[in-house]
Amino acid sequence: MTESWRQPRRLLMAALGALTVFYLLAPTLVIVPMSFTEARILSFPPEGFSLQWYERMFTDRQWSSGMVNSAQVAVLTAILATVLGTLAALGLTRGRFPGRSLVNAVALTPLIVPVVIIAIGMFSLFVQWRISGSLLGLVLAHTALALPFVIVNVGTSLRTMDRNLELAAANLGADPRRAFMRITLPIILPGVLAGAIFSFITSWDEVVVAIFLTSARFRTLPVEMWEQVRQVVDPTVAAVSTTLLVVTTVLLLLLLVVRRQAPVR
Amino acid sequence: MSTAAGPGDRPRPGLRILAANRWSILVLPAAVFLAVFFLAPLALMSLRSVTDPAGAGLSNYEKFFAQEAYLRVLTNTFWIAVISTVTCLVVGYPFAYLMTIVPGRVAGLLLIAVLLPFWSSLLVRTFAWQVILRDTGIINRFLIDLGLISEPLTLIRTTVGVILGMSHILLPFMVLPIYAVMRRIDPEFGRAAANLGASPASAFLRVFVPLSLPGVVAGCLLVFVLALGFYITPALLGGLRDQMISQLIVQQIQQRLDWGFGTAMSVLLMAITLVILFIASRAVRLRDVFGSAVED
Amino acid sequence: MTATSLVPAASRSAGARPALVLRGLRKSFGDAMAVDGVDLEVRHGEFVTLLGPSGSGKTTTLRMVAGFMAPSGGSIEIDGSDMTRVPPYRRDVGMVFQNYALFPHMTAAQNIAFPLQMRRTARPEITRRVADALALVKLEAFGDRYPRQLSGGQQQRIALARAVVFEPQLLLMDEPLGALDRKLREALQLEILHVSRQLGATVLYVTHDQEEALVMSDRIAIFSAGRIEQLGSGEDLYDRPASLFVADFIGESNILRGRYERDDAGDSCLVRGAWRWRVSHGAAERAGLENGAHAALVVRPERIRILGAAEEVPAGANAVEATVVDALYLGSDRKYGLTLPDGQRAAVREQRDDEERQWQSGDAVRLTWSVDDGVLVADPAG
Repeated sequence: MTESWRQPRRLLMAALGALTVFYLLAPTLVIVPMSFTEARILSFPPEGFSLQWYERMFTDRQWSSGMVNSAQVAVLTAILATVLGTLAALGLTRGRFPGRSLVNAVALTPLIVPVVIIAIGMFSLFVQWRISGSLLGLVLAHTALALPFVIVNVGTSLRTMDRNLELAAANLGADPRRAFMRITLPIILPGVLAGAIFSFITSWDEVVVAIFLTSARFRTLPVEMWEQVRQVVDPTVAAVSTTLLVVTTVLLLLLLVVRRQAPVR
Repeated sequence: MSTAAGPGDRPRPGLRILAANRWSILVLPAAVFLAVFFLAPLALMSLRSVTDPAGAGLSNYEKFFAQEAYLRVLTNTFWIAVISTVTCLVVGYPFAYLMTIVPGRVAGLLLIAVLLPFWSSLLVRTFAWQVILRDTGIINRFLIDLGLISEPLTLIRTTVGVILGMSHILLPFMVLPIYAVMRRIDPEFGRAAANLGASPASAFLRVFVPLSLPGVVAGCLLVFVLALGFYITPALLGGLRDQMISQLIVQQIQQRLDWGFGTAMSVLLMAITLVILFIASRAVRLRDVFGSAVED
Repeated sequence: MTATSLVPAASRSAGARPALVLRGLRKSFGDAMAVDGVDLEVRHGEFVTLLGPSGSGKTTTLRMVAGFMAPSGGSIEIDGSDMTRVPPYRRDVGMVFQNYALFPHMTAAQNIAFPLQMRRTARPEITRRVADALALVKLEAFGDRYPRQLSGGQQQRIALARAVVFEPQLLLMDEPLGALDRKLREALQLEILHVSRQLGATVLYVTHDQEEALVMSDRIAIFSAGRIEQLGSGEDLYDRPASLFVADFIGESNILRGRYERDDAGDSCLVRGAWRWRVSHGAAERAGLENGAHAALVVRPERIRILGAAEEVPAGANAVEATVVDALYLGSDRKYGLTLPDGQRAAVREQRDDEERQWQSGDAVRLTWSVDDGVLVADPAG
C-alpha cells in the first residue's frame, strides 16, 4: 500500500518514532530497576540486587496501611462509579428528556475542571460534613472523578450496539427486564468492565484530591509517596512506584484481553 | 447498526408534563450524586471566595490583580501551558503520523507505548523525572561519565525541567486525538492527489495536513486546558520562579489558611478554563475532544 | 424427525377465520402520515408481500404488526384476537430482520433456543426443537457456531429458524434478503418459500424488489404514500394494474396518456391528439372512468409488435407511428427503444424466436397491439 504521502524518508521517521517511544516509556521504566538496588539511596544504574525495599513496603506500617487504604478506596470507587455510571449511560443514550445534552455535558466536567480546584472545593465541603479524612469521603470524591470514564465507555457500547437485537428479543418473547439481563447487559459488558477498570486506576493513582481528603490516620499510597518524595528519598519510593505501575499495567492488559474476546456488536 | 426506536422510547402519555420516557429516570442517581458531591463543592467554593472573610465581596479578586507577583504567576502559568502545548504538538504530530503509516501490528504496539504512560500514575512519572533531572540524576551522571561536562547541569527546579516533565505527561493527550482523526483520512485522497500531479510533499502539506487539523485543534485544546491546572509536576520539578497558579492556590490554603483568597484564585482559574473551552466549542465538538481521552 | 412438528396447530385447521386482519390502520409522526388507512386480510398459510418504494409505509405497517410501534388509529387482529395494544413480547409472531439481529454472544443453537426459553419450554423439548429447526434450514452442523463465524446467507437462515421454532401464528419478514448479493438472494428466496410451504406458515413479507415479490407471493399489496394501491396476485397486478402507479412499479410499461371517451354505444377509446385507440369493454369496466377524464393506456412491451411503416395493421388492433432509436440485444430478447411523433418514448420487447426482421436505429415503423392487451387507468397528473 503506497500512497504518495506514505513515502517519507523511512529511516528518519523510524528514528523519530523510536526517540519518541523512548521519551514516552524510558522515564517511567527507569524507576523499576532502581527499586531493586542494595544501596540506601536512589541510583542509576542500581547497585546490586535486593528486595529489601519491597519488604519495607510491606513491613513499614505507613506504607502497608497506605496500600491497604488505596486498595479499599479503589475497589469501592470502581463499584460505585460503575453502578452509577452504567445507569446514567443507559439513561443518557436511551432516555429522552429536556436538558439531556446539558446533563451529558455536566457528566464530563470532572475531566475539565482542574483537579486542584475540585480538591479544594470538596475539602471545604467535606470538612463541614465531617467526612474529610475518612474512607467514605475519599470514595465519594474519587467516584465523582471516575464517573465520566464509566459514562463514556458504557455510553459508547450502548450507542454502537445494534438496537434491532433488543427488538428481536422482545419479538421472541422477552419482556423488557429479561431482554436487558440476557441481551443488552452481556453485550455492553466490555464497556462496563472498561469503565470499572478505568475507575479503579483513576482512584488508585489519584494524588491531588487525596492530599486534601486524607489525614494522618488515613492515607493512601500516592499521598504517602508525595510526602516522602519532597524530603528524604529512599528507594522504598521506587518500590512503591513500581508496584503502582505493575498494578496499572496488569489491569490495562486485562482490558485488552477483554476487548479482544468481546462479541462484536 | 439500526436506529430503530425501541419499545420504551416514546414518552409515555402520563409523563407528558416532563416529556420524558422510561429510561430517563436512570440518570437520576448519578445526576444527584454529581450535584451533591461535585457541583455543590464547586458552588460553595465560589461562594466562599466572596464571603470569606465576612463581607469580602470582590476584595479577594482585587487583591489578586493588585499584586504584580500574583499576576506574574498567572502569566507564567499561561506561558508554560503554551510551551508545553507546542512541545507536545511538535513531538506528537509526527508520532501520530507514524502510527498511521506503519503496518497494523506495529501501530498497535505504538499505541500501547502511548497508552501505558497515559494511564500510569502522574506522581510516579513526575518522580521519575525528578530522579532523572537532579544534580545526581541520570542525565548529569551520564554527561559527567562521558566527560562532556565537569559540573552537573542544573536541570531540576528549572523551567526546562517543568516543561520536560509536563510535556512527557501531556503527550498522550495530544497524540490520541490527532491519531483518531488521521486514522480516518482516506488514503484515496493521496492517490487522487498523486494522480492530479502533486508530489508526495505537496500532497502531504496541501491535502493530509489540512484534513488532520480537527485532531490537532482537539489535541492542543486538551493539552492546554490540562496544563493550566497542573499541580504535582511543577511543584516537584519547578523552581520558585516557575510557580504555577495551582501551586499558589494550594499554598494560600494549606499554609496561609487564607480560604477567601485561595478560593478566589480557584474561581479565576475555573473561569479561564471555561472561557477557553467555550470559545473552542465554536470550532470543535467538545465531546470528541474529551471523549477520545477517556476511551480506549 | 420430519419438519411437520413445526407446523402451527392452528393453521392446520385453516378455518374461515383469517390469520391477520388490519382495519383502518394508521400511523402518524407529527404531521406526516406514514400509514394512512390500511385494510388487509391474510388467510392462514398465505404468503402476502407488502411491496413499495422506500417511505411508502410498508415497513411501518410491518412494525406495527410486530408490536414495535403503536398505531395512531385502526386495529390489528391476529387469529381473531385484538392485538393492537399488546406489547411485542406477548404477541405470537416471529420476525426476521434485514440485518438478521442474531445475538452475537450466543451460538446459533442458543439463539434458536431463546424464544423457547422465554416460553419456559422444558429442556429436552428445547433441544429437540432446536435440532428440528436447524434441520429445516439445513444447518444441522452449525449449531455451535457464533454468528460472526457464519456467512450472511447462513445467518439469515438461522434467523429464520429462530423465528419459526416457537410456531408463531404469523411470520414477519422485513426485507430479509436486502443485504445479500443477487445469486444468494435468489437461492434464499426459494429456500424461504420452501420452508414456509413446508410449515404451512402465514407470511407477511416486506420488500421493495418487485421481482422478489412476484416470485414468492400468493398475493401482493402495493404500497404508495401510506396506503395500499392494489392488492392481488402477481398476475393480477401485472396484467391488470389498477392505477398508473402500479403499472409503472410492476414490470415495465408503455404509458400512453390522453383523454378517455365513451360513445353512446358503449365503445370506449383513448384520445390523444389525432390518435384514437380502442379500449376493450372489460378494461373500461374495470377502470370505471368518467367520460372525458384524463386517462392512460398501459401496454406491456412484450405485447407490442413492430411493423413496417407501410404495412397493414391487423384488424382489431391499435397502432401508432414511431421511429426506432436504439436496439438492445438481451440474449433471448431484443429490446427496442423508440420515439413517437410527439416525442414520447416507447419500449418494445421481441423474442428472438418470433422476430421477423431486425430493426435499425432511424427506421420508421408502426407499433401495433391487440385491443385486449391495453389496460386503462386514471391519470392523476392529467
